[in-house]
Amino acid sequence: MRFPRLIAALLLAATALPAAAEEVVVYSARNEQLIKPLFDAYTRETGVPIKFITDKEGPLMARLKAEGRNTPADMLLTVDAGNLWQASEEGLLRPIQSKTLQANVPAHLRDPGNEWFGLSVRARTLVYHTGKVKPADLSTYEALASPKWKGRLCLRTSKKVYNQSLVAMMITEYGEGKTEDMVRGWVANLATPPFPDDTKAMEAVAAGQCDVTLVNTYYYGRLMEKQPTLPLAIFWPNQNLKNKAAGVHVNISGAGVTRYARNPSGAQKLIEWLSSDKAQNLFADVNLEYPVNPGVTLDKTVASWGSFKQNLVNVKEAGSLQAKAVKLMDRAGYK
Amino acid sequence: MLFALAITALVLVPVVVTFSSFAQVDGDILAHLTEFVLPELVGNTLWLLLGVGIGVSVLGVSLAWLTAMCDFPGRRLFDWALLLPLALPAYVTAFVAIGLLDFTGPLLTWLRESRGITGLPEIRSRGGVILVMSLALYPYVYLIAKNAFATQGAIALEAAQSLGLSRWQGFFRVALPMARPWIAAGLMLALMETLADFGTMAIFNYDTFTTAIYKAWYSLFSLPAAAQLASILILFVLVAVVFEQRSRTRMRYGTVGRNAMRRRIRLSPALAGAACLYAGTVLAIAFLIPVVQLALWTRTVLARDLDSRYWDFAWHSVLLAGIGALMVVIVALLLAYAGRQRPGAAMTWTQRLATLGYAFPGAVLAVGLFIPVAALDNWLIERGRIWFGFGGTEILKGTLLVMLLAYLVRFLAVGFGPIDSGLHRITRNIDEAARNLGSSTTALLARVHLPILRASLLTAAALTFVDIMKEMPITLMTRPFGWDTLAVRVFEMTSEGEWERAALPSLAIVVAGIIPIILLTWRGTRPLD
Repeated sequence: MRFPRLIAALLLAATALPAAAEEVVVYSARNEQLIKPLFDAYTRETGVPIKFITDKEGPLMARLKAEGRNTPADMLLTVDAGNLWQASEEGLLRPIQSKTLQANVPAHLRDPGNEWFGLSVRARTLVYHTGKVKPADLSTYEALASPKWKGRLCLRTSKKVYNQSLVAMMITEYGEGKTEDMVRGWVANLATPPFPDDTKAMEAVAAGQCDVTLVNTYYYGRLMEKQPTLPLAIFWPNQNLKNKAAGVHVNISGAGVTRYARNPSGAQKLIEWLSSDKAQNLFADVNLEYPVNPGVTLDKTVASWGSFKQNLVNVKEAGSLQAKAVKLMDRAGYK
Repeated sequence: MLFALAITALVLVPVVVTFSSFAQVDGDILAHLTEFVLPELVGNTLWLLLGVGIGVSVLGVSLAWLTAMCDFPGRRLFDWALLLPLALPAYVTAFVAIGLLDFTGPLLTWLRESRGITGLPEIRSRGGVILVMSLALYPYVYLIAKNAFATQGAIALEAAQSLGLSRWQGFFRVALPMARPWIAAGLMLALMETLADFGTMAIFNYDTFTTAIYKAWYSLFSLPAAAQLASILILFVLVAVVFEQRSRTRMRYGTVGRNAMRRRIRLSPALAGAACLYAGTVLAIAFLIPVVQLALWTRTVLARDLDSRYWDFAWHSVLLAGIGALMVVIVALLLAYAGRQRPGAAMTWTQRLATLGYAFPGAVLAVGLFIPVAALDNWLIERGRIWFGFGGTEILKGTLLVMLLAYLVRFLAVGFGPIDSGLHRITRNIDEAARNLGSSTTALLARVHLPILRASLLTAAALTFVDIMKEMPITLMTRPFGWDTLAVRVFEMTSEGEWERAALPSLAIVVAGIIPIILLTWRGTRPLD
């Protein structure tokens, strides 16, 4: 029963034969449980089968590059803009002209060259201890560098791309010198060494090890869903600034069509569908993220955190400035 | 010899790909890393190696000695149970340890809130990493050293005692030196795994040389710079291997009959109790507590995540690990025999190079293998198009064959270590004696070598099996569509920080990994009772 399949898999590649014409093949860095429900829904609705494989962005891009024109992949899906920018730099994606995507995805959440498009928004914001901090004490990311937060700040490691893109956004406004000073200020204020993930950082705030931290909102949503009584709340920073650093820092989970796609129109249709009203809720809500499409109503939990102004710098800067941001954080001693 | 060269050539493919990155040097990135990142990381890495080296040696050798040579309550149980941490991926142990022992964990919270005790040492520290890695990796030393102690018998020890050495002196001056190639083989595996580890270090946010490799690749978008750093790492390992082997070439490891040891060392009641307590504590910290925590987490996600697909994931894992382990053992055995038949400098180098795959950071090895396979595939597809009108995109890639070859490259060292040191037990004299008694080559191998090697072969198979079950980067990169394994599930959950949900596949890996460990002790090392 299973052995013929095993022998086949040993010797034959699954796609050695030309695939059914309309099948779409996806390389995804967004994990299985967050995309499979959507792909299943798409297949139910359109009859188009989707085949996908998951891995980290780095290996997926190395794979696309090595495969060249013989890649089975039609579409690349990632969980941050930096990697999409990099894929585009490496010539792994192709531009697509789509009125639907122009309309559904705000300009700062897609590639100006139309090679990739945001599909959900990941907002990086402040979370504070409600017993120890008043919202009036908080204002901006920058202000967390002030000595008044000495010994009161917790951060996730600088190795996570979300912190790298936040610092990249700061560079667009303040340049490297001032941004580095700010990061040094953060490091000087740390209550304990950086954590491996956002959840741990929030738990440290809740336990009183520190007073405030920086996280993506969906981690907050997940944690509060499990332990609703934790003394934690969200604060939206940078709302009253007038410069380029104004607004909450956002990154995207997004996608593009590969340069050598066998089925580019199928991939494009899939991306368009993912940006549509009905898919947007599924895409974002399954992980408590924000839809990119501003016309879509928010999930109830997500809506309860209140509305905020987003930072409007194009998310591609997260990619173009990522190396600079990483080096800057290394110099500042942010582990 | 030809065969050995072929295997080495296979392993050299990713090595060459990795070293060829020097064709394209990004001075900017390397200068930055050298100035701001590497000085600290090199120090971190050396401290880690030193600490883990001492940790796994002390734990592994002492526990091996106790279970192989002494008698104490629970010995039969500990004999195999002490291997169980092997089935637990190190990053899982790390996550559980931090969950329980960090500031926010239950222990410190309780001490702080009801006892007012603060200022305890921080688990997220160098000491913490060393502790967790030692607990996770000591079974490599334990398993291989136990094998050595159990088979070296008591003649030498009895001789030592009759010459007036005390029991302790006998251990340190006779048994330990005699077991040295085994201990060294286990230690090398543990240290190579430590060097290449990424997951555990990420959880502790402890930066090692491998951290810098991934930083260059994922954060600074430079795969060449990452490959260059990986090349340096591999050279370092090669030099270490050479030194280790040099330092023991002048020693000779003779045999010692299987019939030798008749009596275990009787420990006094106090010592026996202490031995039991010691073994029990190690087992509890390294295995029982993490598994109980995993089980508790699993309970919260079971209803949501457990579905019929898990049979497929588990089946894929066991199947791949089974075939992979079999391949590794066969190839390692042939390689070890090649070395025995044709000893010499060329052969030694062939063997050294053939076992380098284990020192690679996993994802770097995966890319180093994938790039040439994809290139070959592109060539084949082009031919296929011209000659047969072939229209697909994959011929070799996307087959299990590539995946299994990649496992072979990665884990050959794991199989080779125990088998090669086991082969040291069979001296030329034994061969000659057997031949003088008229046995043919086949009979010699089947009736003399196989029984002596049996334990080593099973050790090699079990280690490789469990390692493949836990392997992530190669599995992710080379698996055919639809061939998800338990380790892939762990990746899916942990990639967005959902550690509790990763407990289910992690626990499944543990359960599946226990099977070979039980088989190993059932059929393997039972030389004395």
